[in-house]
Parts: sequence; structure tokens; C-alpha cells
Amino acid sequence: TSNMKLILIFSALFGASLCLETFVGHQVLRIKTRNEEEVNKLQLLESLEHLQLDFWINPSTPTLPVDVRIPSNSVQAVKAFLESHGIEYSILIEDLQVVLDKEKEDMACSQQRDRSSDSFNYGTYHTLDSIYAELDHLASEYSHIVSKLQIGESYEKRPLYVLKFSTGGSNRPAIWIDAGIHSREWVTQATAIWIAKKIASDYGESPSITSLLNKMDIFLLTVSNPDGYVFTHTTNRMWRKTRSKNQGSPCVGVDPNRNWDAGFGGPGASGNPCSDSYRGPSANSEVEVKSVVNFIKNHGNIQAFLTLHSYSQLLMYPYGYKCTEPADYAELDALGRAAASSIQSLYGTTFTVGSICTTIYQASGGSIDWSYDYGIKYSFAFELRDTGRYGFLLPASQIIPTAEETWLGLKKIMEHVRDNPY
Amino acid sequence: DIDDVGHKYHLELVLEDILDKDSTVNCTAEVLYHLGNKNIAPDVQFTIEGELKNTDEADNTFYNRIKSLEKELVAENIPDSHGNVSPEMEPIRLLAWVASGYVIWQNSTENTKFQLAQIKHVKQVKRSDEYLEFDYMILLHEMVSQEIFPWQMTVLWHPQHGVQVTQDSRQPKHALE
Repeated sequence: TSNMKLILIFSALFGASLCLETFVGHQVLRIKTRNEEEVNKLQLLESLEHLQLDFWINPSTPTLPVDVRIPSNSVQAVKAFLESHGIEYSILIEDLQVVLDKEKEDMACSQQRDRSSDSFNYGTYHTLDSIYAELDHLASEYSHIVSKLQIGESYEKRPLYVLKFSTGGSNRPAIWIDAGIHSREWVTQATAIWIAKKIASDYGESPSITSLLNKMDIFLLTVSNPDGYVFTHTTNRMWRKTRSKNQGSPCVGVDPNRNWDAGFGGPGASGNPCSDSYRGPSANSEVEVKSVVNFIKNHGNIQAFLTLHSYSQLLMYPYGYKCTEPADYAELDALGRAAASSIQSLYGTTFTVGSICTTIYQASGGSIDWSYDYGIKYSFAFELRDTGRYGFLLPASQIIPTAEETWLGLKKIMEHVRDNPY
Repeated sequence: DIDDVGHKYHLELVLEDILDKDSTVNCTAEVLYHLGNKNIAPDVQFTIEGELKNTDEADNTFYNRIKSLEKELVAENIPDSHGNVSPEMEPIRLLAWVASGYVIWQNSTENTKFQLAQIKHVKQVKRSDEYLEFDYMILLHEMVSQEIFPWQMTVLWHPQHGVQVTQDSRQPKHALE
């Protein structure tokens, strides 16, 4: 049969297509199938593993195109196969390596610009390395109040760095702020590094921040999930979770904001490793979460726990794992509204205030539920801009306005914490 | 609550023109989510109080620009990772938004909240008739589950005849991860 002949032809190419290291000469074709028969032929092709075909869209129904990356030594044979069967195709990418090289070049070019310039551009998105370099820069330029601590390591062994803002004392009451626990929420890491600069430069200039830092310390974790963040730059811009391997599953990662010990296992988190809200095998299974928990517990004097997410423009307090009001509901709600009002005063951006459960959805294993039940009364979660027009892909031009308005909200809360020790 | 039928919501909303924040129009709507069979799209009835802005000029400019392209339009990642959209791609994006609205409507339940997250890929399909046709691969973000759904949709458009989604289907989450 003609199929047998084809299998023989392809088998002859076996061995030549092993050990691919680059994508030189790889082509990506878009194949248009007109009927079930053609789909079946492509599925036969798909089964020939030695061709090392990488289907970006699998053959399933005749109504859909089939996109496939073909290693260079298989290209002619696959095209011959398609043509001999009268199957239409077009070339999406002539040489994949060219595309990848250009992309690398573009990124290297802008990284070069970042490295050689004296000042960090807060109005653009940065790689992890670039953010980490700026942490060092801030710690050195403002060494009288800023120091950098490592609180642990990520799954892939990247350091988890916290900036400590302090004017001295010993284990002063402190405020905890974190960002980027969900890696695709890029405006949060960008906002956090801007806030770092703001706190450092405002000390001695702003009466409010000066009095705050004279009494309390601030701890700021700018990138809570560095593995995920790197992954959003290298591979999948929409990645949310950590990058830990899940035993017995091909799917990677745990939703770090379903992994805290607060109603863990309850509704509002998935037990499926392939889900974007997978809770993980057990509470604190993720080192990124455990490191923060350990830090907070060892410190012993954290008065507020504030976490940044995007998007939706919300300011929320506990609970997420249950829909009952926290004991401090009245105070938290009033403070939340005051903070939202401050945020709105700058650019008119409106934030909705409420508990997690009543504002978005029931979600178990969340960080502010844990911090609140642990005894940190002032626990708030922010969802920054926007409300869906750009979503996670917020234009860089909105970074600084977002950071500026968010800062006003954070300040409102921090001032209240400063004035209401407990 | 309507026994044995489903849940009906009465909505009063204000529509705001994305391209002109000061242009708003009031709208009332009734949405009925069917009990049981989650594969039926919710019923929607609506009334717009007043008129929507006329966009003939911009529509025709875009239509003529695409019609006169020598090679079919191809683009990807709109917006890009940094949220950028080139001016030429803005109408392509707006078209995807409208079309994705249809896909979202067809796949919504009381427990979903979809947003168009990104256009991964768009390719124009040349037609012999007057319609413009675009083959989109989009990413839909579902808020409640936080999942990202790749979705294919074929979109037809004509300045006078409006938007049509002739084909759409959910795609497998790609193993690129």
C-alpha cells in the first residue's frame, strides 16, 4: 500500500533526525485538511515518532488547520507526502532558528540598554536579573535604610530576596509587602520595585514615611515566584504557578496562592495538577510559600500583611476560604474603603472593596487568610489595574501611574497600622 | 429563580465607547441561564436607549486597507508581552474582541467570567466575495478557575454586514509548557 511505501521512506530518515539541538532549517507549516480522510493521513504522520514532528495544533477535525514544526531533515519528505496526497499547506515559518535568533537579539539589545544605563527605567517591564540588579543598587545607594535579605530559594534554586527598610531598633513591629506570587501579573513586580525606590527616596522627605520608618520596619518581597517569572519571559507569558514537578503528572506547578495553610483542601482550589489553581499535594508544599511562612513566624512581630496581584482593581480582606466575616470586619472594611479612596484620588481609578469570598470567589489556601488567622490583623490583597481590557498584558505606560496610585492605598493602610499598634 | 427553567437576571447597564470615554449609552438587558444543560448559551434580550456612534468612515478605511493588501495579513501576540499594540493592529484587535464576545457568550454559565487575554495568532484568509475573513487563535482567560483557554475562531466582517463567527473551537493546552 502507499502508506507502507511512505513508512519506508520516512524510516530511511530515521537516525538523521535524532539529537536535534537547534532549530536551524526547521519549518512550521499550516496544513489545511478538507475531509476526514486527509485528517486521518495527518494522524498517521503524527504517529511516526522518528520524524520528530511537533504539532502546535493537532489534527482532529477537517474544519481546523494543523500547525506542525518539522525538523529540517524531515521537511522535504513531509512536503512530498502532502503534495502527493493533494493536501494543501502553507509555510508559517521558513526557518524557526531565524525567528528565535531575532527574538534573542531584541531582548539582548534591551538588556544591554538596561545594564549600561545609570538609572533603572521604572516605566518598563524587566527580566528577573534586571530586577535583582536593581535590588542591589537600591541597597547600596540607600544603605542607611535599605538592606537585602535572602529568605530562601525557589524550586529551581533562585534566591528569594526581600528588601528590609529600617532605621534601626531591634525587631521593630513591621509591615510585610509581597508581589508577583502569580508570575503573569507583571504589573505587580514592576509596582513593587517602584515602591522600593519610593520608600527609600521618600525617607527624610515625606513626613508620613519618615515617621513610619522611625517606628516600624518594612519588608518587601518584589518577586515572590521567580521561577514562574522567568518562565513568563522565556516560554509562556500566561504562566501563573510555580514550576515544581508534580509526582505522577506531566503537568508542572502549583498555584502558590492556594497553597497556604488556611482552609487548605477546601472549595475554591483544584486537586488537579494540570489546573492553574492546583493547591499542591499539601499546605506549604511550595518552597516559595514555606520560605515566607518561616520568615513571618521567625520574625514574630509582623503587624500587616499586604499582597499585590492583578488584575481587576479590587482591595480585599479575609476570608477567601469561607464566606463568613472576619472578627475585625468593620475596621478592615473601613480601612479598605479609605485606601480605595486614596487610590481613586490620583487618576480616578476605582477599586472595589470587600472580602475575597464576597468580592470574587471562594478560594481556599490563600495567603491573607493564613496571615489573618495567624494573628496579623491588617491583611489585605490588592488586585491592581486593569479590569480586563489588557488584563495581564498591561501596557508599560501604565506601570508608573499604577504604582503611584497603589502606593497611596498602601500608605493609607501603613499609616493606620503605625497609629494603631496591637 | 424560575422553577424548572433557570435563573433570570435583569440588568441595567451603561455602555461606554472604548474609543471615546465620554460617549455613553444606557442599556437594559435580561439574561436567562438555563438549568441543567450547561451546553446551551444563556438567552439574552437587550434594549439600547439611544444610538451607537456612527463608525462608517473608520470602518471603510480599515476595510479598504485590508482589501488592498498584496499579501494576506499575518500577525501574532496582540498585545505583546509588554501590552503593546501597533496602530495598524488596533482594528484587528477590536474585531477579535467583538468576535470573542460571541464565543464567550456561547460558553458562559453563571460560574464563569471570561476575558479575551491575547491574540496569539491571526491570519487573513483571502476571499473572492466582499467579506474579510480572519482566522484567529486567541487566549481566553477564565477568572473563576484562572485557566487560560486557547481558542480558534474564524471571523467574517463587512462594514455593512457586521461581524460573524463562522467557526470556533477550543484548543488543547499546548505542551510547550
